[in-house]
This record gives sequence, structure tokens and C-alpha cells, in this order.
Amino acid sequence: MIPELGHFALILAAMLSIAQSSLPMIGAHRADARLMGSAAPLALAGFLAVATAFGALMWSYASNDTTVANVVANSHSAKPMLFKLTGTWGNHEGSMILWVMVLAACSASVAAFGRRLPSALQARVLAVLGMISLGFLAFIILTSNPFERVWPPPADGQGLNPLLQDIGLAIHPPLLYTGYVGYAVTFAFAVAALIEGRVDAAWGRWVRPWSLAAWSFLTMGIAIGSWWAYYELGWGGYWFWDPVENASLLPWLAGTALLHSAIVVEKREALKIWTVLLALLAFALSLLGTFLVRSGVLNSVHSFASDPARGIFILCLLAIYIVGAFALFAWRAPSMAPAGVFSPMSREGAIVLNNLLLCSICAVVLVGTLYPLFLDLLTDQMISVGPPFFNAAVGPLALPLIMGMAVGPMMAWKRAALWPVLQRLWWAACLALLAFILTLAFAGWHVLSALGFAASFWLLGGAVADIADRSGLGRTRLANVFHRARGLPRSAWGAAIAHAGMGVTILGISGMGLATEKLVSVPPGGSTQFAGYEWRLEGIRDVTGPNFTARRATVTVLQDGRVLRVMEPSKRFFPLGRTTTTEAAIHTNLVRDLYLVLGEERDGEAVLRLHNNPLAPWIWLGAGIMALGGALSLSDRRIRIAAPARHRKEATA
Amino acid sequence: MTRRRRRLYILLLCAIGLGSATALTLTAFQDNLVFFRSPSDIAREMPPPGRAFRLGGLVEAGSVERQGTTAEGRPTIRFRVTDGVSAVSVVFAGVVPDLFREGQGVVTLGVMSPDGVFRAREVLARHDETYMPPEVADALKRSGHWNPSQGAAPPAATWNTLEPGRPARSGT
Repeated sequence: MIPELGHFALILAAMLSIAQSSLPMIGAHRADARLMGSAAPLALAGFLAVATAFGALMWSYASNDTTVANVVANSHSAKPMLFKLTGTWGNHEGSMILWVMVLAACSASVAAFGRRLPSALQARVLAVLGMISLGFLAFIILTSNPFERVWPPPADGQGLNPLLQDIGLAIHPPLLYTGYVGYAVTFAFAVAALIEGRVDAAWGRWVRPWSLAAWSFLTMGIAIGSWWAYYELGWGGYWFWDPVENASLLPWLAGTALLHSAIVVEKREALKIWTVLLALLAFALSLLGTFLVRSGVLNSVHSFASDPARGIFILCLLAIYIVGAFALFAWRAPSMAPAGVFSPMSREGAIVLNNLLLCSICAVVLVGTLYPLFLDLLTDQMISVGPPFFNAAVGPLALPLIMGMAVGPMMAWKRAALWPVLQRLWWAACLALLAFILTLAFAGWHVLSALGFAASFWLLGGAVADIADRSGLGRTRLANVFHRARGLPRSAWGAAIAHAGMGVTILGISGMGLATEKLVSVPPGGSTQFAGYEWRLEGIRDVTGPNFTARRATVTVLQDGRVLRVMEPSKRFFPLGRTTTTEAAIHTNLVRDLYLVLGEERDGEAVLRLHNNPLAPWIWLGAGIMALGGALSLSDRRIRIAAPARHRKEATA
Repeated sequence: MTRRRRRLYILLLCAIGLGSATALTLTAFQDNLVFFRSPSDIAREMPPPGRAFRLGGLVEAGSVERQGTTAEGRPTIRFRVTDGVSAVSVVFAGVVPDLFREGQGVVTLGVMSPDGVFRAREVLARHDETYMPPEVADALKRSGHWNPSQGAAPPAATWNTLEPGRPARSGT
């Protein structure tokens, strides 16, 4: 019964989205208030319908309903409840439902919080969101129905890929999808603006919070995914330039560019056409990511099933949305008159540079990701483009970007002089130089890591200098400075914190550049020296888990003869699906991670892989700080309700 | 005049950006593209020495030999990768992935040494037992040993090039 209810709700949602994509659009065209008014209730009802379907699927998983084909293929009664629930989206069909549900939630919030929007704009935005949701609902209903039944029901399900049986599955996909889908909203705003032929500061004020929110979620989603790969795969790495990872990085890069150019639209009414283009691009890349991951073109832990029919369907959706939007852009964009003149040396100019570099990086990553696919299709030649390519091609573009990141925020709008800004940043530059020299002096000849440390301190220093400058440090009394710092708009704090977060992430990445590893075969009771510690293998024993058996090693890490930590890496064997996973043991003290993996056992010895990863946790902490900066900006009253800040009482100290 | 100048600046910047991105991509491609070769490809044409490539196929049944440890204490393993027509010997010093076993599809990254032995610096990890790396599937199809429409790949033992007790046919 419940699965049928879910299926019905899904079809109802598709019907509602047909109405949502047509009625308000016609209404906006004819200036019919009644038709335009239908948009918000339709969006809310659509959300309820999709949420019902999602709930029904989740219920099927929770109760392990083996008459549902999707549950049979991806679940098992012996799985812990948390993984039963998260398993709802640990498969192709379920993850598509999650995608559509996040989209419906975004539509519903545009409907609920967008009352201050001009009604025609709101109607058009919701209509475009309705079209996107219609396409994906049709995709689910026609090619990947999660509520299909099997009869007779098998005794139990086939289980979930053990790598996915992790808390990461509870967090990573929802965050990532919220990020991806958030760009659907900015896309819808861009399309609506193209239809209306008008982009103004008010439009910028509306696009900014959405791009900020989507960006913050995407940042967190990518970071959690990377962290998950770090501790779960047991390879000791955090980013592999895998096509699936790149698929999430591409919209992030375009989205970061959008985030910045939207500021220019809001404040200066310049770069309007460009911002619209970026909004289209960010969502196009999100869709491309969805296509790459969901169609089975790429093989990875993310592609659950490869069915050619699905791939072609998503490709068609991709073509319709992207080609449609870009055709509209080509038709309408020339009619939008540019306004707001600025000199190249200004905040706007800095943001143009930022956009240019981000887009170049995006293009390089896109080419590197798609080239092997095209070459395989066209010439049958199989190649792979690995980390060395991306490091070599992205690094030189990232360097000027980072250099500009500290300078840009301190430049004045419209017309600025570079020299005074550099004067205020001289100590950050000294800090960076010091970091560079110290790294080379103490860590050996690791030029890239040294550059990374320099970049990181440059960014951290730049963020501090920015806040100090805005609160008038050195120009007024100290008490006054604190008062002014408190009174700074939250968006200023948010920007500084996000930039500092980037610095922290780069700190972690540079630290990881100095990582060392050792592979060693040890008998029980034997020990080895690594990273200044003594590692003693006490023994290996069998362990039984809820749905797996494991071999678990006990390794004592000693520092100068004192026990620092007992680490227990294990290898799990899942009889269902006959899969083995490696569970690394990680000990962190925030300055470095000790990372220990148990390899194979032979001749009474166990192979251990030991990693010493300096500063590793900061990679993800930095991403968290970036997202925090985004959230802080988002809480700025001016952005939140798209209204100018209430006049603040001037500080009188 | 200013508007025109500004447009010129922006166009110039865009050209520089695009140009440098293209230049970077091309140079990085030149140095870092990694080709995939199957054992038959190597039998047909010996790849240039020193240049890394990826070799894939199935781990030949009965070919896995564990050989002590290197000077730095890394365990060494020697095995043969086959696509049913030819086979190539591979030496790897390191921990093989969890699912490495005979008859399993495998992709290795490394360089060919002059003696016809492939020195792998990486043996790629795969996630589940039924999974076949696409390159390997393709190599098997090309060598005529497997038609994917007839179901899963045949077990390695049934189409091995190696017969026990006989010296292995080398790729060269």
C-alpha cells in the first residue's frame, strides 16, 4: 500500500509540475494576477507530493519491504537502522528522488519567502523550476521507478555496498544535492530575467542569497565527500581528481564566480549579462555532473547502475535545458543595456579577474574530465587524465587567483589605486614570505608545499587586514576599532571568514604535500619506526559485526617508550556481496594525522601501511569555515530579506 | 571612449585568460596523458620505454607469486595480466587492493622495463567483486574472449594462456 501511495504521489507531483510550469508563465505573460498567484500554492503542493513519495520510499526501506524491487536490490534486514534509512538515497532511484525533493523544497521556499518579489518575476522563476522538476519527475517515473514491486518477494534483500554503509552517506548526498539544486534557483532567476529582458540591482539582491546558500551547501557537500573518501577508502588521500569529484568541483567553480559577480550586479549594476551567463553555466555544470554520475558513463562508487536508456534520457534533459537556456540567452542578452562604468583597477575589476581565473580553471577541469570520454567515443583509444595533469594545469591559474583574493576585497568600488592597498598588505606578504622560507628550511625542498603555505598565510593575513582596515585600525582609537568591527555588516565578516577558510584549506593541502608513508611487513609483537614513533603490532584477531566479519589489528604507537595511542585498523569482510573493505585507523591531534591501514596477512606477518599526514584535518575544517562565512553573509539582514539595512545608530565612543 | 577602452581591456583579459588556460591544458596534456594498453597491444607493438601507461586485463590463474620484500621492506608481488591472447608479467612492490585475486580484472599503472616486465607503481583498487574495469572489459571484447551480451566474464581459468608447467608465452 505505502509504495503505491508513494508512486501515486510521484505522479501527482509530475501533474502539479506541469501546471506549475505553464500557468504562472502564461499568467506573467498576460499580466493575469490570478494565474500568477497559482504559482506559490502549486509549488508548495508539489513539495508535499514529492516529500510524501520520499517518505513512502524511506518507510519501505525502514520496514525492509522485500516486495519493493529497489529495497531488494539495495538493502538487507541485517543492516543497522541508520543505514537502512540513509540507504534510501544510496541507490540510483532513491538518489534521484532526493534530488527532486530538494528541488521541490527550493521551489517551495521561493514560493514562501519570495512574497516581496515582483509577482511576475516570482511566477516566472517558479514556472522555470516547475519545468526542471517536471523533466526529472518524468525521468524517475519513466525510467527509474523506485516503487516497482517484485512478486513473489525474496526472503531478504541483497544488501548495500559496504562502502556506503557509513555516516557519510547520511550527510554527503543531501548537502551536495542541496548545493547542486540551489543553482537551479539562480538558473530560474536568470531565465526569468532573460524573458523579462531586465536585470537590475533588485535582481542581484535576489540571486545573491540563493547563490550564497547553494555555494555553502556545495562547499560542505564536497568537503564531507572528500573527508569520507579519506577515512573510508583507506588510500590516505583526500582528492583524486576522479571524474566524479570533478563533476562536483565544476559547478563549485562556476558558482564561486557567480557569487562574486552577483555582488557587482547588486552594488554597481555592472556585469549583468555576464552574471546571467554564469548562473546558466553553474546549473548547466550541475546537470552535467548529474548526467556524468547518474548515467553510468563513468564507473565509480557513485554510479549505481548503468542503463543506457537512462543515460540518453538525462542527456536529452540536459540538452533541452541547456540548449534552451543558452538559445534564450543568445536571443535576449544583447537587448540588456550595460550600465555602471568602472575602471579596470577597482573592486569590480578585481572581481572580473576572479571570474576570469575561476572560469579558466573550470574550463581546464572540464576539458580534463571530458577529454577521455570523447576520445573513447570518437577514436576508441583509451586514456586517462590523472592528478598530474590537473595539478600542472590548475596550479598556475590558482596562484594569481589566490594572490588577488587578498587584494580584491580591499579595493574601492569604481576606481581604486593598487599601491595603498598593497601598503596595507605588506605584513601579510612578509608573513607569506616567512612561511615560504621556513617551509623550505625545515621540511626540505618541497617548493609546491612551500608556495601553498605562503598562499595560505597570505590569505589569512589578507582576511585580517581587510577587517582591520574596515574597522579603521591605525586610524582611530582602539576602543573605537572594536566598536566599528562589531558594527561591520555581516556580509563583510562573512567574506573575510570565507577567504580565511580558503587559506585554512590550502594550509591543510600544503601540509598533505609533506605527507610521508611507509609500507612494512611486521610479525605480531614486532615493531617498526616511522614518523618519530615506534609502532608495535600487538596482534590480530577476528571480530564479528552486525553484517560483517573482520580481522582487526592492535597497534600500539609509542613515543619515547610511552604509549601514545592504541590504533585498531581492520579489514571487514561482508559475506553479502562478498566484499572486503579497509577500515583505516586515524589518530589526529590537529597538527598531524597518523593514519594506519591493515593490508594482507601472509607467512604469519601482516602488511601495514603507515601514513603521517601533516595538517590533514584543516582541509575540511577550512571548508567548514568557508561555509560558515557563507552562512554569516546569508544572515546579513540586507541579503536575507533583500532590503537595505536599517539605519544603524552610529557608534559614539 | 572610456566604454570602448574598458571593453578592450576586458577582451584583452579574456584573451589572456583563455590563451593561458589553453596553453596550460595543452602542455599538461602532453606530459600527463596516460594511455591504456592491453597485453595484446603490447604484443603487437612494444611501448616506448620510460613512459608510464596503464596496463589492464585479468590476473592470470596460477600466476601470482609473492616474493619477499624489497630493501625498504615493501612486499613484492609478481603476477601476469592477460586478455586471453597475450600476457604480460607485472612486478609490483606494495600492498595490492583488497579485491586483488586470480581471475579478477585489474588495472595497473607503471612503466615497461627493457626485459619485457611491467613495473607497476600502482595497482588500482576496485570496489566490488562483480565489477569489471571498463578498459579491461573492452580489452577482453577486442581479444574475442568475452561477449558481454552473454553475461558475466568467464572465469579466468577457462581461457588462460598459461598452461601449468609450460614456460609462459611472453608478450614480446
